[in-house]
Formats: sequence, C-alpha cells, structure tokens
Amino acid sequence: MLLIVCPYCGKRPEVEFTYGGQAHLVRPAKPAELDDQAWAEFLYMRANTKGIYAERWRHARGCGRFFNAVRDTTTDHFIATYKSGEPQPGAAAGRPS
Amino acid sequence: MSTQKFSALALIRRGLSGHLGWQKQWRKSAPKAAYDAVIVGGGGHGLGAAYYLAKEHGLTNIAVLEKGWIGGGNTGRNTTIIRSNYLFNESAALYDHSLKMWGSLSQVLNYNVMFSPRGVMMLAHTVHDIQVAKRHVHANRCNGVDNEWLEPEEAKAFCPLLNISDDIRYPVLGAALQRRGGTARHDAVAWGYARAADALGVDIIENCEVTAITRDAGGAVQALETSRGTIRTRKVGVSAAGNTSVVLALAGVKLPLESYPLQALVSEPVKPIFPCVVMSNTIHAYVSQSDKGELVIGAGTDAYTSYTQRGALHINTHTLDAICELFPNFRRMRMLRNWGGIVDVTPDRSPIIAKTPVPGLYVNCGWGTGGFKATPGAAHVFAWTIARDEPHPINAPFTIERFRDGFLIDEAAAAAVAH
Repeated sequence: MLLIVCPYCGKRPEVEFTYGGQAHLVRPAKPAELDDQAWAEFLYMRANTKGIYAERWRHARGCGRFFNAVRDTTTDHFIATYKSGEPQPGAAAGRPS
Repeated sequence: MSTQKFSALALIRRGLSGHLGWQKQWRKSAPKAAYDAVIVGGGGHGLGAAYYLAKEHGLTNIAVLEKGWIGGGNTGRNTTIIRSNYLFNESAALYDHSLKMWGSLSQVLNYNVMFSPRGVMMLAHTVHDIQVAKRHVHANRCNGVDNEWLEPEEAKAFCPLLNISDDIRYPVLGAALQRRGGTARHDAVAWGYARAADALGVDIIENCEVTAITRDAGGAVQALETSRGTIRTRKVGVSAAGNTSVVLALAGVKLPLESYPLQALVSEPVKPIFPCVVMSNTIHAYVSQSDKGELVIGAGTDAYTSYTQRGALHINTHTLDAICELFPNFRRMRMLRNWGGIVDVTPDRSPIIAKTPVPGLYVNCGWGTGGFKATPGAAHVFAWTIARDEPHPINAPFTIERFRDGFLIDEAAAAAVAH
C-alpha cells in the first residue's frame, strides 16, 4: 500500500484516498467553439506516461480535498504532492503539464 | 526444420525412448533487415495475429517482436477466464467470435490449450445485480449467446461449495450462467500460436524492444528502430497491452488509454473441488481451479495508473474476504503467489482493433481487464485488418474515432465485471 502525503493532512495510507487521473487538464475556455476532435482530446485522450506523471488525488476519507501529485509510474515512487492551483514542481514554466 | 506433430502416438513413441526425441517447438529467430509486416508484442494476441496473417492472408515474411519473453505479459498473468456474455451487439459479436474459435483451437494449432468449457457463473447479490444480470441474459439470448438465470438453489447445485445462506453480508440472490464459458491454459495459448506461426515461417524475436518508429515523407510507417537494430517494414501491428500508449507515442498517436495494475493470485494446489468459474462483481472476486489444483483468484485493479506490474496487498485482501464468505471451505487455504499485470483501459471498457491515423500502423489494444478470452477472435480480426488495410466487419465498430464521433460501446456500465 502506498503512503501518500496529503498537502493538508500529512502522510496517510493509500486507502484513505481516491484517484483522480491526469492532472492539469484545463477545461476549454470556450466550449461552444470546440469541434468533436478537440472534445474527444479533452474528454478521453490521456498521456498515460511511463515515467514522471502529474496526477490528481483526493483525500476522500480524510479532509476530502483534491490535490495534485507527481509520481514515477515505473516505480510508484511519489516525487511530490502539492495543492490544486499550484504549478507542477519541476515542470518548466509555462509548459502545459 | 519441420515442426513435429503432436499426437497420442508420438507421445507413446517418445515415452518409450525416454522422451529424448522432442525438438524445440519454435526457432530462436534473429531480426532480418526487412519484413512485409511486423507485430509488436509477443503475447497471445500478437502471436495469434502473426499466425492468422501467415495462415489466412499468405503473409509469411513477417516477425513478432517481444521486448521480454513471449507470453510473459498479461497472457501469462491473467486468470484464464473465457466467456462471451457481453451486453451490446458489437461486443457479443466480437467475444462470441472468439469463444467459437476456442472450441477448436487445440485441433487447429495441434497444441493442447486445455480449453475447458466448464461454465462461468456470475453471482447477483442485490436487486440491482439481479436486474443487470437478467438484462444480460435476455440481451445475450437475442444475440445467440447462451446465458441463463439461476435461482440460488440452482446456483448451489451447479457449484456445491457456494454459500447461499442469507446471513452473510452480501447473500447470493441468484446467478447468470454461461455454460459455454470456462478456462484455458494461458501459457499454452502463447506457445501454441508461437509454434504454429513459426512453422509457417514467422520469425519470433524475443528481447527486442521497439525504440522508434520511422515514417516516410507521406507519414507512413517505414521502419522500426529496435534494441536489436533497424527493421524495415511498411506494416506494423501493435499488440502491446499496457504499454500500447508508449509504443504508439513513438509515432505521435495519442490514445484514450490508461494503464492500471490488475492483480491475481493462486492458492496451494488441492484435489479437484471446484467445478466451474464463479465471478462476483459486487464484492469483486473471481475464482476457478486450475487443472494443477490451485485456486486461481482474480482481484480488482489498483486505483492508480502504473507500469510496475505489481499492486497493493489491500486489493487482494479485499478479494479474499469475499471468497472466504462465499466459500467458507477455503478459509484455511494458503495463498502461494500473487502478481500484477498492466492492463490498458479505455473510457468505455471496450477494446480498439483498428487502423490508426498513421498509414501502415494498426493497433489492437484497450482490452482492459478482460483480453485473454478474446485472444483467438481478436487476433483473427486484427490480422484481417492488417492484411487488407480495412477492418473485418466484426471489429469495424471498435475504432479510435468512436470516441470522437460518440459511438461508444459502453460496456463500462454494462460489462458483467465491475471496473
């Protein structure tokens, strides 16, 4: 079982959390202008990275809050967890991640 | 080298001579400079596709590339359950195509894949379960797929160890039974296809990882860079399960896939005690007994995407809690081994067997937690798609574009397994 550091509550066992998938997916600002391909990209296409991956978690059986994490999907090692809205640690500035 | 034919007579003859006369079942091939087609991924689906390309489409100058050893991925890690009782017409056609092929696969390949249609029974524990199961039964029967509803007593008659008392947390309220479902020996499926494909001239190349996909000026596939050198080819079929996103990214193709660990475990071997396959979605357990005597138990996926081929113990514990309640006889059995495989899951929990936007690049992926059962059928229609550059009618609905166009085959809500 993973030990996950909730940015609000500290280190807790994995069973307290639910997984939220790829992080930093931004809902289109003007949805009406999107074509089907762009909608499919937003809704369904995922990076599914083998390596360093930014993802959302929710401390569902704790504080209830969403936060983001950076984890290596080849080892399951957590590199960082951080609050929603904060930039991804280690990501180049301005790069969508 | 001509392939030895297996038969009772051959077995007796070799037995009398100390089993010294058996040949290797397939060659250890090294990559050639060029092939007419290359399959990436040496699991059952990939080896099967190579076999059908050679057998039915006359493409024999082809290779299967496997980054590890054949059958070492999800083919060797699943719980070997075979069934076709899916809800939607498209799924029923695809999975039943496969189920029909299982019946004669041992004879076709001259290799005993130990297909055992012992019946797959899926339990219902709630009113909702009953409604879903009965809906499946009726939908399946409309599609010519056998499935029948059993009351709890009938379920117990079919599987005598089942605990149908009403004082357990999730009492058994009934079950859907597909009698044609069952199990097969998963390793033998990979080996049987490998041997049969090899006999037709297919090169099976292990320890060969694809590191780049080279494309020509028009964007079409031109060559593969691998850990064992460059291989020129105009057709590439990717059958790489959990690693499909990684391989397709080499050609700039993004897919609606997420890779999750799925765990399974086996008990110590015991005498034959368990006559069928039992699945329960609500309390998430599935169990059968292998011919070697082990209980083969499947758990759920872990919560997060990963490529580690392992998961957390609490997932298995949860499954064993359910097994112990349903089958109190198993409470004191010891578990021998557990492991994980990486399964590629689509948003609608249906596979993709299709052309990609890149000419000459084809993909068979998205089988999620249930690809083993589909091995022969998927390999068969995937080979067709690669050979003719157009889908077989059975896999025509299973495109990548269905996510753009809204034609989802939404077994996510409908599939008989919980996700």
